[in-house]
Amino acid sequence: MAAATAAAARRVSCSLLRRDHGHLLPLLRPFASSAGGQPQLTVETSVPFTGHKIDPPSRSVDTNPSELLSIFREMSLMRRMEIAADSLYKSKLIRGFCHLYDGQEAVAIGLEAAITKKDAIITAYRDHCIYLARGGSLVESFAELMGRRAGCSKGKGGSMHFYKKESGFFGGHGIVGAQVPLGCGLAFAQRYLKEGTVTFALYGDGAANQGQLFEALNISALWDLPVILVCENNHYGMGTAEWRAAKSPAYYKRGDYVPGLKVDGMDVLAVKQACKFAKEYALQNGPIILEMDTYRYHGHSMSDPGSTYRTRDEITGVRQERDPIERVRKLIVSYELATASELKDIEKEVRKEVDEAIAQAKESPMPDPSELFTNVYVKGFGVEAFGADRKEVKAVLP
Amino acid sequence: MAAALQTAALLSASHNLIDPQRFRVGLLARSLPGRRGSIFVVRADGRTSGFFNAKSRSGNLITNAVATKADASTSSTASKPGHELLLFEALREGLEEEMDRDPHVCVMGEDVGHYGGSYKVTKGLAPKYGDLRVLDTPIAENSFTGMGIGAAMTGLRPVVEGMNMGFLLLAFNQISNNCGMLHYTSGGQFKIPIVIRGPGGVGRQLGAEHSQRLESYFQSIPGLQLVACSTPYNAKGLMKAAIRSENPVVLFEHVLLYNLKERIPDEEYVLCLEEAEMVRPGGHVTILTYSRMRYHVMQAVKTLVNKGYDPEVIDIRSLKPFDLYTIGNSVKKTHRVLIVEECMRTGGIGSSLRAAIIDNFWDYLDAPILCLSSQDVPTPYAGTLEEWTVVQPAQIVAAVEQLCE
Repeated sequence: MAAATAAAARRVSCSLLRRDHGHLLPLLRPFASSAGGQPQLTVETSVPFTGHKIDPPSRSVDTNPSELLSIFREMSLMRRMEIAADSLYKSKLIRGFCHLYDGQEAVAIGLEAAITKKDAIITAYRDHCIYLARGGSLVESFAELMGRRAGCSKGKGGSMHFYKKESGFFGGHGIVGAQVPLGCGLAFAQRYLKEGTVTFALYGDGAANQGQLFEALNISALWDLPVILVCENNHYGMGTAEWRAAKSPAYYKRGDYVPGLKVDGMDVLAVKQACKFAKEYALQNGPIILEMDTYRYHGHSMSDPGSTYRTRDEITGVRQERDPIERVRKLIVSYELATASELKDIEKEVRKEVDEAIAQAKESPMPDPSELFTNVYVKGFGVEAFGADRKEVKAVLP
Repeated sequence: MAAALQTAALLSASHNLIDPQRFRVGLLARSLPGRRGSIFVVRADGRTSGFFNAKSRSGNLITNAVATKADASTSSTASKPGHELLLFEALREGLEEEMDRDPHVCVMGEDVGHYGGSYKVTKGLAPKYGDLRVLDTPIAENSFTGMGIGAAMTGLRPVVEGMNMGFLLLAFNQISNNCGMLHYTSGGQFKIPIVIRGPGGVGRQLGAEHSQRLESYFQSIPGLQLVACSTPYNAKGLMKAAIRSENPVVLFEHVLLYNLKERIPDEEYVLCLEEAEMVRPGGHVTILTYSRMRYHVMQAVKTLVNKGYDPEVIDIRSLKPFDLYTIGNSVKKTHRVLIVEECMRTGGIGSSLRAAIIDNFWDYLDAPILCLSSQDVPTPYAGTLEEWTVVQPAQIVAAVEQLCE
């Protein structure tokens, strides 16, 4: 009796939600419990996938409540971290370049949900959240951003050079497009060593016009390398809109002989489905291109206001209609996996976690001056560089 | 008050003129009112190719611009001739004047058009000249540099902007193989009047890939000319000279110098590409420097002067070819040389300069040539480590003391 009423209430609430925000919510289906006790949910993606020379995967994605809740938590953590980095930059604790990822969290999380830590990811300079998704800690991120010793690159890399070898995160690169040939190289090693893993090489719509990308793609297709090129298309290459930089902004088609898939990059479950599909494809057949249709709320970097080449209405429009965290929140609430206030509590908890990490990172000292000369070469070469005023140790030849 | 200051400037200027030993480079002869027909190519020994008035008021020109705030004691701006602007505005002015003068001049680069340039050097040019003369390129340095060179072969005069000199490494093949060689391999048929410009050098914690000091990478390419600007005055002059030159010129700017303010003349002027600039005449030691290190040197000079030294500071400006005339005259006078540069120690500009001085002026040297350059490490992100990567004024003072003892 109670169950029936509850079910009826759910149906009513679902239809209410659908009436009000039909274009936002995925079509809901009632769930059935799986054998393991975790109820299995099937959610439809916002839009169907579009394929180029390939049959796209199904629109229905399998997930479960704990996955959705952890997705929500992780995305809120990433969003909070980027906003905290923004204010740290404005108070001059972070200097130089700082490229923020807020708005694009769904790509990082969806990708991570589809693969293992043995698969490799390589990306460009908008790497803070991917580092986090790959298992990096908040303290290491903030310390690196502030140039402290506890940072993931010991303070010597900065915002654009986050790496985590143990979890297959290969950075973290400042030169646009240069990471794609590197990614194909990672895939080559994976094929050579018969590891059964894949590489995801992420790049942006600006980098999609780099020649080295097409060169690397040709070789990868020739050698059947398990590489997946993921174009995070946020529609702007710094200050230049995609239609002014690319004759064909259909980046998933630009591989020509390499198949491609276009994905709504603001829908984390769609990203997960596409990446899972791509991994299976790449292990069998070689490279595939994924285009993630996503958006960044901040400007290109902290020195770019982000409003000289696009309107504020556009930014707020995307935030209202397509925000990835809001989508997951609505999903969770409509499936009654948690109440709205519980989700707010998670966000508060996340905020506290970020603040504590910042405080801890601030306590870390700056690197020692001798660190200037470490890790130029791998130790054992017997050379020491010497100081500019020539009063320090002279070079020792091996 | 203003008149008194101006008279004082005049008096000191004429004193400068009288002493031939001290009067060197880069002073503008200002005699004619009105702009038409009054461009000057300013040469080291005061010769100009335009109109020249022996009683020129050289005191109005700031020959040793240091990166300090505008002097509060100087009179109101209205009474001083010329106009004040920042270095990136000076570059823009030079570019705009050349684009007005010659319809073959065009600009290509990432975000130079509608965005206005990542360092605002090309701001306002796209609305003025249109999409065909100020071209927004996709992020494809190798191709658009190559296209610039191809366009130059047929008579256009492109100005290719690398958003950061480090990105030009992607175009290195085009610059080395095509830009430098085509005039030679075609037996003189093709000229490549291209200007490749962009900021380089160590900035404020921009990370290793964006803080490259790679002037020396381009040094060995035959056929190229390299210049480095350091003040708004020479930025505008060198930009104009580079555009007018029939040879390919690489103009090195520095990320941290774009906001330098200086008063530059209203008249049109073009500087000589192969010339060095005498920043501070002196007698004890010759300090050769360029770009941002000029300011570190001048800061060290303040300390040195207090300690009783009299260094002669020359901003070499032309990195290829070296102005051995100016440098040689200085070496013959002081017999001691210190080179201060931001380039890498191994294979840097300083090392070639040192070799050139030894080859040519060995007999005039009383002490080994000291060369202070940046460390052979990728620029670290952490602020303290980054400071240690480049030469600091304290190290310059120590080096001069060591040289002169």
